[in-house]
Amino acid sequence: MKLINKESVGRRMPVRILINTIFKGLFFLATLFGLFVLAILLYRIFTQGIGYLNIDFLQNFASRRPEEAGVKAALIGSIWLMATVAPISLLLGVGTAIYMEEYAVKNRFTNFIQVNISNLAGVPSIVFGLLGLTIFVRALALGSSVLAAGLTMSLLVLPVIIVASQEAVRAVPKELREASYGMGATKWQTIIKVVLPAAIPGILTGGILALSRAIGETAPLIVVGIPVFIAFLPRTVFDTFSVLPMQIYNWTSRPQEEFQSVAAAGIIVLLVLLIFMNSIAVLIRNKFQKRY
Amino acid sequence: MAEREADSLLFQPCLGWKGVFVLALGNTEKYSVQQMIMDKKSKKSNRLNVEKIIPGLLLLTAIISVLTTLGIVFTLIFETFTFFDRVSLKEFFTAQKWYPFSETSASYGIMPLISGTLKVTGIAALVAVPIGLATAIYLSEYASEKTRRIIKPILEVLAGIPTIVYGFFALTFVTPILRSFIPSLEIFNALSPGIVVGIMITPMIASLSEDAMSSVPNSIKEGAFALGATKLETAIKVILPAAISGIMASIVLALSRAIGETMIVSVAGGSTPNLSTDVTSSIQTMTAYIVQVSTGDAGYGTTIYYSIYAVGMMLFLFTLAMNLFAQFISRKFREEY
Repeated sequence: MKLINKESVGRRMPVRILINTIFKGLFFLATLFGLFVLAILLYRIFTQGIGYLNIDFLQNFASRRPEEAGVKAALIGSIWLMATVAPISLLLGVGTAIYMEEYAVKNRFTNFIQVNISNLAGVPSIVFGLLGLTIFVRALALGSSVLAAGLTMSLLVLPVIIVASQEAVRAVPKELREASYGMGATKWQTIIKVVLPAAIPGILTGGILALSRAIGETAPLIVVGIPVFIAFLPRTVFDTFSVLPMQIYNWTSRPQEEFQSVAAAGIIVLLVLLIFMNSIAVLIRNKFQKRY
Repeated sequence: MAEREADSLLFQPCLGWKGVFVLALGNTEKYSVQQMIMDKKSKKSNRLNVEKIIPGLLLLTAIISVLTTLGIVFTLIFETFTFFDRVSLKEFFTAQKWYPFSETSASYGIMPLISGTLKVTGIAALVAVPIGLATAIYLSEYASEKTRRIIKPILEVLAGIPTIVYGFFALTFVTPILRSFIPSLEIFNALSPGIVVGIMITPMIASLSEDAMSSVPNSIKEGAFALGATKLETAIKVILPAAISGIMASIVLALSRAIGETMIVSVAGGSTPNLSTDVTSSIQTMTAYIVQVSTGDAGYGTTIYYSIYAVGMMLFLFTLAMNLFAQFISRKFREEY
């Protein structure tokens, strides 16, 4: 009995190979689509915004006249926000990660915390804004201040930092810990002097990525009530302020054509800030990544 | 000197601690051994205390994340209750109109907002699922290691672009282009933000699906090749079914992101909630409504103020259900090899 009809297999083979090649091309085109969109997006924004981008743009406050508008308050505000979010979210995130990886016993409560963290990562950012508005702005009466916005943003990026730190701590080999115990170190001494230094590149990379998410985020800050038109700089964390994405949102939603270009210039500043932060993350990853 | 020290060491066991103390005093006047012992002891107890306190402190930081979830849930529940004191549940779910800004005949029917959200999410899915899956198949089955190393970081960049930038792109670039093809398209519409949200979530589907497909064991793939299957046939008939749980989960997660997406739809989607299925006219999504109220001047304590919590609650429930569903599929339908 012949199971394989060589003739028909032979006849169909070229077609099958042709289909394979066609689909390979299609899949490749689909992959290029993403790169194509990224290229168009960057090209559009740079050609549109470059005309408004000069030193005055960085030094001026927001203005009703497009040619006088600047990002000073927003840029400084974004840096204030970062300076608030970084310590809070790193402290909470790394603390949680160490607890989950080093101390927590495997039980239902630990499992619950873990499931909770991954669910928290899926909550829309605007819902965090509602939380911030109710708890920080109203209940704790912080108003639309740097601190209220910073706390809201810290909670928003917390899951990202926790997950990144957990992975970094988990990747530290067991032998290092055992060697430390063997030298008579206690658990905490081992964590602080052996595990954390070994995990720091991973933690910092995750932290910087989380921070760059925090400075690009707009929706929660709108809900928290951060103003867009501001002509002064914050002096303490209790002052109100504005940030780059809020300023860009405000310019984008104005009807005048010129403000679109101002918005594009603002986006360039934001993107440059993001690229700067991400290159630091890549640098840390390449420089300090040790293979055990 | 060295001899004397050796002597004192020899004498130690029989002299007892007091004797050592005296000898030590004889040697150096700076150190009292008793002092050293006390120091050592208190240091040790300090250390033990630290060892006991630290886990507690770390547990507290871990509990913050639980408190955040509780905070979100309780805030939404309390403020939503206040809202439902003023607006009936029946009106909320069955009224055909969302028009809260009227003094005399305000109408709070959530359906038009949900319809706006679903329209945008549907268009986004039409864009992102085919492109994302095709990218994932290309990267995991066809691309060389070198190509993958170039393309993956670029996709990460695409995923890291702030959503307000995408919103700007939708309004100032995608909408004008679409309008030159479809003259009846309004400036604010569902189509343009839908497409751009799709572009935004494509990297997420691509990268999560690629992970799922790459984790299918090589032996299975090689088995298919040995039977004479082409790469395409292997990908479609062997790899996809084996990785289906991960792929489905990635799609559900990405769509949940699309539902919660805010800035693209508020910038390019408009602010006219409606129930129609028309994608060329202005819409409003749940997220865009919350933004509209937050940027307006609805005072604290008004029904409009509480309505954003009711809408936020719906949004939270939608995304939570989808996230739980994604976890369920990836656990339930996982193929173990």
